[in-house]
Amino acid sequence: MNFFKQLVDRERVFDFMVPQQSPVDVRHGPILYLEDVSVSFDGFRAINKLNLTIDDGELRCIIGPNGAGKTTMMDIITGKTRPDEGSVWFGSRHNLLQMNEPDIASLGIGRKFQKPTVFEALTVFQNLELARATNKSILPTLTERMTGEIQDRIDEVLLLIGLKNLHRQPAGILSHGQKQWLEIGMLLMQKPRLLLVDEPVAGMTEQEMERTAELLTGLAGQQSVVVVEHDMGFVRSIARKVTVLHQGSVLAEGSMDQVSSDPRVIEVYLGEEA
Amino acid sequence: MWLTQPLYERSTRIFLGVLLLAMSLVTLLHLVVPADHPLHVSAYTVNLLGKYLSYALLAVAVDLVWGYLGILSLGHGAFFALGGYAMGMYLMRQIGDRGVYGHPELPDFMVFLNWDALPWYWLGFDSFWFAALMVLLVPGLLAFAFGYLAFRSRVTGVYLSIMTQALTFALMLAFFRNEMGFGGNNGLTDFRDMLGFDLRTDTTRLVLFLVTGLALAIGYLICRAIVTSKLGRVCVACRDAEARTRFLGYRVERVQLSVFVVSAMLAGVAGALYVPQVGIINPGEFSPLFSIEIVIWVALGGRATLYGAVIGALLVNYAKTWFTGVMPDAWLFALGAMFVLVTVLLPRGIAGLMHNLNERRRRVKDKPQDDQQELPV
Repeated sequence: MNFFKQLVDRERVFDFMVPQQSPVDVRHGPILYLEDVSVSFDGFRAINKLNLTIDDGELRCIIGPNGAGKTTMMDIITGKTRPDEGSVWFGSRHNLLQMNEPDIASLGIGRKFQKPTVFEALTVFQNLELARATNKSILPTLTERMTGEIQDRIDEVLLLIGLKNLHRQPAGILSHGQKQWLEIGMLLMQKPRLLLVDEPVAGMTEQEMERTAELLTGLAGQQSVVVVEHDMGFVRSIARKVTVLHQGSVLAEGSMDQVSSDPRVIEVYLGEEA
Repeated sequence: MWLTQPLYERSTRIFLGVLLLAMSLVTLLHLVVPADHPLHVSAYTVNLLGKYLSYALLAVAVDLVWGYLGILSLGHGAFFALGGYAMGMYLMRQIGDRGVYGHPELPDFMVFLNWDALPWYWLGFDSFWFAALMVLLVPGLLAFAFGYLAFRSRVTGVYLSIMTQALTFALMLAFFRNEMGFGGNNGLTDFRDMLGFDLRTDTTRLVLFLVTGLALAIGYLICRAIVTSKLGRVCVACRDAEARTRFLGYRVERVQLSVFVVSAMLAGVAGALYVPQVGIINPGEFSPLFSIEIVIWVALGGRATLYGAVIGALLVNYAKTWFTGVMPDAWLFALGAMFVLVTVLLPRGIAGLMHNLNERRRRVKDKPQDDQQELPV
């Protein structure tokens, strides 16, 4: 009966009519909130009762041995993998488990893959153009014209990632490090609220690593950044807060010094030697 | 407007220029040069060229989805044939009581099957504009339904190719059945006139040839406008790194679906122009072999250039006409040999060869390269 009353109520807005794309609500602090998330693949528990909170504007490093579930965690946040149980919230308004990849992306979660993935047949400039935050449905994409404003924005990012003089080249000819840079540039074009960066310095030289660290720390504050990384030196140089994952759940959390003196962490990382 | 955007491009202007020139040349040689002169183009040749042009439009449609979107459709013949059948139904209705059995309304094959009324899906086809609408709608709707299911389930690559192949095969079997009401094995034929013009006169054939050329020009322009727009770059992005495109916020399945539907409609138009020129449409056009042949045209001409598809379609079909005239048994071997040779020696097809020669010439001139680069495949 109640249901029919709802149907005739003029003031009522049906749940499915409520616009999904309302702004991200971070008044309560956290921008990303994972609670009791579990997922298993063929009986193997990749993520086990994971709890994680990322504050707005925070730069967080996530470390952990191979198979700790770092990449799976990113898959869950970006909608690629559905967890068996648990809840994932973006701000306090958006339930990410009810959304698909493009929705999550346009909500403001950008992701950099472990292996640099850029569009190799397109030029560096075009790669950035495609990533730009804008209406990405079919007709606006078909009719969009290059304006001075877009050009300026792309040039700005090109300068930032140091690929200005290569912007007409196809991305396929870039070196490994340059591709990583381009991918970070594409994330910047998306203007995300939350950046998920998977192993940004893998295969980079010392110098390149330094610039990456500068860039990522520069981003924190305006955007929340979550960095998954193996390289301890790099983590130490950027992290204020570190989360250690082990066997799909959080083992320790705190500053780098706290974490690295934690006996459990030492055991996980160094095995029997500890 | 976005549609006129490609007109600022050199390659499009050259393509349209060459097409226009060829069309006027053929018209001139057909009409002005006397019939016994060696340069005279016969009505038969005009008709043949018109057929080639409709194939070229079909090849452009396939190149749009294969070259730029990475969807290897082995069933585009189905959309071509459906467009052809829609036009064929109109032409059938135009015969009126001039058929063998002289029935005022029913086509011959229906009288032969002892049917006494038109099936509901034949209604409306006595109007050209209704038929023209169906030429676009029927292939478009089929592509929409098929693509919606396939792309939503993220079926891609070889699995999708096999499904498109199955689609066209299933349609072929269905259209072979007399009970379907499309003339079964024999298909639709014995057409007489179109919009009041006798299809068997030379003038009508010339006009059909010119209309087909115009359709090719417009179809090429539409495809070019799509691939040079930002949507075209998104297509290439979907082709090369689908997951990445999704994480950028593009709905890959919608991009695939919309471009696939456009391509199917172009294929339908090509089929509709093909039928009045060859005078018959039968279930053979649904044959998977034909669909594979289209892919070979595009591969020979060069993927992801559009003009390559046109070159490929014209060359292969000219070769086919020549071979089947001189030594019919050797044609399939020749086709296979061409395919192997091009794949081994010219991985980017004839268009790739032209591009390379162009590059070399430019390098010899030692001019800085200013043009936007063609996309590597």
